[in-house]
Amino acid sequence: MNVLEINGVTKRFGNLVAVRDVSLNVAKGELCAIIGPNGAGKTTFFNLISGFFPPTSGTIIFDGNDITRLATHERVTRGMARTFQITEIFPELTVFENVRIAVEVADGYRLRPWINRTEAARVHKHVETTLKLVALDIKADRLVGELAHGDQRAAEIAMALALRPHLLLLDEPTAGMGDQETYQITQLIRRLHRDSQYSIVLIEHDMRVVFHLADRVCVLDQGRMLAQGTPQQIAANEAVQAAYLGSAA
Amino acid sequence: MNADNSRKLIVLAAIWIVLLLAPYWMAPLGGYTALATRVLVLGLAAMSLNFLLGFTGVLSFGHAAWFGLGAYGAGLTLKYLALSTPLAILGGMLLGGLCGALLGTLIVRRRGVYFAMVTIAFGQVFYYVAFQWSSLTGGDDGLRGFARQPLDFGVFKLDILTNADTFYYFVLFCFALAVGAMGFILRSPFGRTMIAIRENERRSRFLGIPVERHIWIAFTLSCFFMGFAGALYALVNNFADPRGLHYSQSGDFVMMAVMGGMRSFWGPLLGAAVFVVLQDYLSSITVNWMSFVGLLFVLVVLFFPRGLLGFLQRSKA
Repeated sequence: MNVLEINGVTKRFGNLVAVRDVSLNVAKGELCAIIGPNGAGKTTFFNLISGFFPPTSGTIIFDGNDITRLATHERVTRGMARTFQITEIFPELTVFENVRIAVEVADGYRLRPWINRTEAARVHKHVETTLKLVALDIKADRLVGELAHGDQRAAEIAMALALRPHLLLLDEPTAGMGDQETYQITQLIRRLHRDSQYSIVLIEHDMRVVFHLADRVCVLDQGRMLAQGTPQQIAANEAVQAAYLGSAA
Repeated sequence: MNADNSRKLIVLAAIWIVLLLAPYWMAPLGGYTALATRVLVLGLAAMSLNFLLGFTGVLSFGHAAWFGLGAYGAGLTLKYLALSTPLAILGGMLLGGLCGALLGTLIVRRRGVYFAMVTIAFGQVFYYVAFQWSSLTGGDDGLRGFARQPLDFGVFKLDILTNADTFYYFVLFCFALAVGAMGFILRSPFGRTMIAIRENERRSRFLGIPVERHIWIAFTLSCFFMGFAGALYALVNNFADPRGLHYSQSGDFVMMAVMGGMRSFWGPLLGAAVFVVLQDYLSSITVNWMSFVGLLFVLVVLFFPRGLLGFLQRSKA
């Protein structure tokens, strides 16, 4: 059973074709990494999946339903959560409050002008479980804006998890991190994948992270899907090596 | 956490005690009850604006339109429809709120400066309607020929027309209702989505919040509160003025909110108090009173970017 089926998706911006006829299936519980040189169209591809803008052509099927034309928040409501290359959080709120908003929206309370005790207690509990999962429970009362970069990333992932997604989209989860933080986030993603069976698609530059985590690697180059396969297959693929060496030269 | 909560409760109690006793301490300090009433009404308007500005992060520069419509709604109700103060307030609130709701549907997709510009433009439309439609609104002279009516509870009557203190307490009661409703909403899940949108619109969207719809609801609520304040203002003066819809009046409200502290719930009330008292005091000395208020505003923005109340809170902490 596939969580996500992307069929021949193309995105044009004027004369520029950012994503060209890309297809990708993500099976339930799979972790799929998207790599590629700078400007390969990875983030555009992510934006198409999460509904930042509609594709010029092609279809996107999520959980068996066509979501190609759905707005962002409708995709989120159907179980798709994402994080960003540059962390998107609520800096002036505490870690707890950040995640609470996500939980309340996920529980369908977003339009409610009141919340009763039982509901509030359930929300509270769910926030705490989520924070424990990313090891931020001890920093629940800190302002997110004052946390270290790695913890902010973890908080953003916690907000995504609080939505109980069927699919998690992570855009460069280790961007701008030192070795220690990269290691921690990698371990976190590994736990989410192995222990909690999340289906995950991530963009990543750090090859150590990719090879450590991914079931499958997809290589984008100049908007095209250059190759797909296990990490070992991709490492041995000559076209991929050429693309990377070519862009490095 | 607990000490923090009890401190908040003490501050809250202090605010309400000061407001409840205003008729008694205003006079010895050289004020008068009607001045306190004006502070309450304009403070409520500034807080209504701040409901949107400070807690959803959306700057409307045409909010006087809903305030002015509230005033006309109340005045027209009293003059042509029913001699009843509560119905007048209801009429004003509905006129301001419904017009705001309708307009809101057209503008919620705009952001930042564009939103502010569009609200100014639409606000001016209402100003010119009030200004030109003399047969109904009295045009430039304003709407006259109505007065607030005593409150008849059957067993007893409250004379809010001639007794300034009684009227003050009636306005305070209305103020408490509106402010209580605002506080209640802000503490709710919906209120938290407003703050989420203020903090980070993109993140809010990617949490599954339909941002435009939520901004529209916040905008509409704010317009209803604004219409409510405007209706009270018409009752204060027994008069509705087209200048109450003008964008310079909107500017005054923004000034009150920013001066008092737009990130705090009570800040705009403090801002309104400073504004109204300075206006009352300085305008008896000089016609250029606005330059002094403006100077104060500039100083506050430069040195206390979180407003007067923000500064007080910071220095206490």
